[in-house]
Amino acid sequence: MDVMIKLILAQGMLGLNNGVFYAMLSLGLAIIFGLLNVINFAHGALYMTGAFLALILYSYLGVWLGLEWLHIGFWPALVLVPLLVGCFGMLLERLLLRWLYKHDPIYGLLLTFGVALVLQGLFVNFFSVSGTPYPAQPDELRGVVNLGFMIFPKYRLFAIVFSIFVCLAVWLVIERTRIGAMLRAGTENPDLVKAFGINVPLMVTLTFGVGTGLAGLAGVLAAPIYSVSPLMGADLIIVVFAVVVIGGMGSIMGAVVSGFALGLVEGLTKVIYAPAASTVIFLLMVVVLLLRPAGLFGRQG
Amino acid sequence: MTGAPSSYLKISDLNAWYGESHVLHGVDLELAEGELITLLGRNGAGRTTTLRAIMGMVDRRTGSIAIRGEEFIDIPAHRIGPLGRIGYCPEERGIFASLNVEENLMLPPVVGEGGMSLDEIFEMFPNLREVRRRMGTRLSGGEQQMLAIARILRTGSRLLLLDEITEGLAPVIVKTLGDVIRRLKEKGYTIVLVEQNFRFAAPLADRHYVIEHGRVVDRIEAGAVEASMDRLNHYLSV
Repeated sequence: MDVMIKLILAQGMLGLNNGVFYAMLSLGLAIIFGLLNVINFAHGALYMTGAFLALILYSYLGVWLGLEWLHIGFWPALVLVPLLVGCFGMLLERLLLRWLYKHDPIYGLLLTFGVALVLQGLFVNFFSVSGTPYPAQPDELRGVVNLGFMIFPKYRLFAIVFSIFVCLAVWLVIERTRIGAMLRAGTENPDLVKAFGINVPLMVTLTFGVGTGLAGLAGVLAAPIYSVSPLMGADLIIVVFAVVVIGGMGSIMGAVVSGFALGLVEGLTKVIYAPAASTVIFLLMVVVLLLRPAGLFGRQG
Repeated sequence: MTGAPSSYLKISDLNAWYGESHVLHGVDLELAEGELITLLGRNGAGRTTTLRAIMGMVDRRTGSIAIRGEEFIDIPAHRIGPLGRIGYCPEERGIFASLNVEENLMLPPVVGEGGMSLDEIFEMFPNLREVRRRMGTRLSGGEQQMLAIARILRTGSRLLLLDEITEGLAPVIVKTLGDVIRRLKEKGYTIVLVEQNFRFAAPLADRHYVIEHGRVVDRIEAGAVEASMDRLNHYLSV
């Protein structure tokens, strides 16, 4: 029995570790969908780009610039990469997405899907399809900690705590600040918010920047855990979409909670029947769609 | 008989479109500072659209909208409110469901000096003070309407566009709103009222504009209302 509990806790921790990425990515998707009504299919590719940027900053940039000594490590990347990816996202919104708002949301989805394929293709072209390990895991996060029920890599523990902190911070900003109130109001009735004198187009651009920045941040966090590969985003995004559907499209709270929860469910399924672990999320998605089409946290009706 | 020598708001030949459909066909109206006018007419005549066109909430608009002599027709929507110091209270009140009362109240940015303080607002709308933590949609219709008016008074707007503020409200609340509008007029606000309830509007207004099929078809000064009752009944009968 004791062994069983340890096993459950251990798989739970590993599941939570996946949940980190589900939560951060679905959080970004939910923010973007809420305000822009765009289903950002490029989210996975931006996550992948984030991981690659971290890798490039450390392993390649110095070589390209002829400065062999230059290796920009994990901590600076954790700040720089989300900014870079967020800026790229804002350009994307200003130059491409903006023209599609007056049309059916499906056009936004198709456009971002195209962007995802282009990004993926570019990275496949310049790096191989097989993964490249990220060598710059910070020294202070190497090694393991004993959690009592399992030995857990320090870095993964950091990733879990850090992303819980990030999700909480984003949630607080949205729910408790004036900027967040503008965002929520803009999600409900952008025309009226505009009539009050709030620059909604700018808010939309910044929101897209923050959402995509979160994807970049998740990419940096993922780089030391998974090997960095051009397909890492495509693999993950499908699960993340299921998470978003289960949580409720556009629900911030739903995105975060169901992200972590579904990571856990996935982990625990491994204890009970391991082969089902990769499908359990989709099964849940079907059940949720049938019983509560707007998602667990979405506004029904 | 014509409006004041210097119009606060002067609209000439205002045309507006939603997508392909042409909904305003040359609206002309004007009012001086401190005046209150009403836009009367049947549902779908273009009264709400006139207010929305002033706020830039239509797909396209042409003609002229001058506020204190400045042209607003080409100003982007999010700058119209602040530049024109306009407070807009939309049909259906536009209370945000995911914001609580205080957040709703604080949402519109201040557009000029002289806005009411929270204390003054709670003095004018005592009910709102008690429900300030409640979510926007968990209010009665009357409370929502008070909130929708209160939040534009906080911003220092001087020109108020109020769309159907009495719709669906109990007589006692309509009476309270009448008192509120009267006090606002005394404070020197310039007000455009879209109203279905002529008995509510008649004692408040300086002038009535009747709108039909997207244009102004008649203009009746307050003093001439009595004599024009037959005409008015004809315009407003369904």
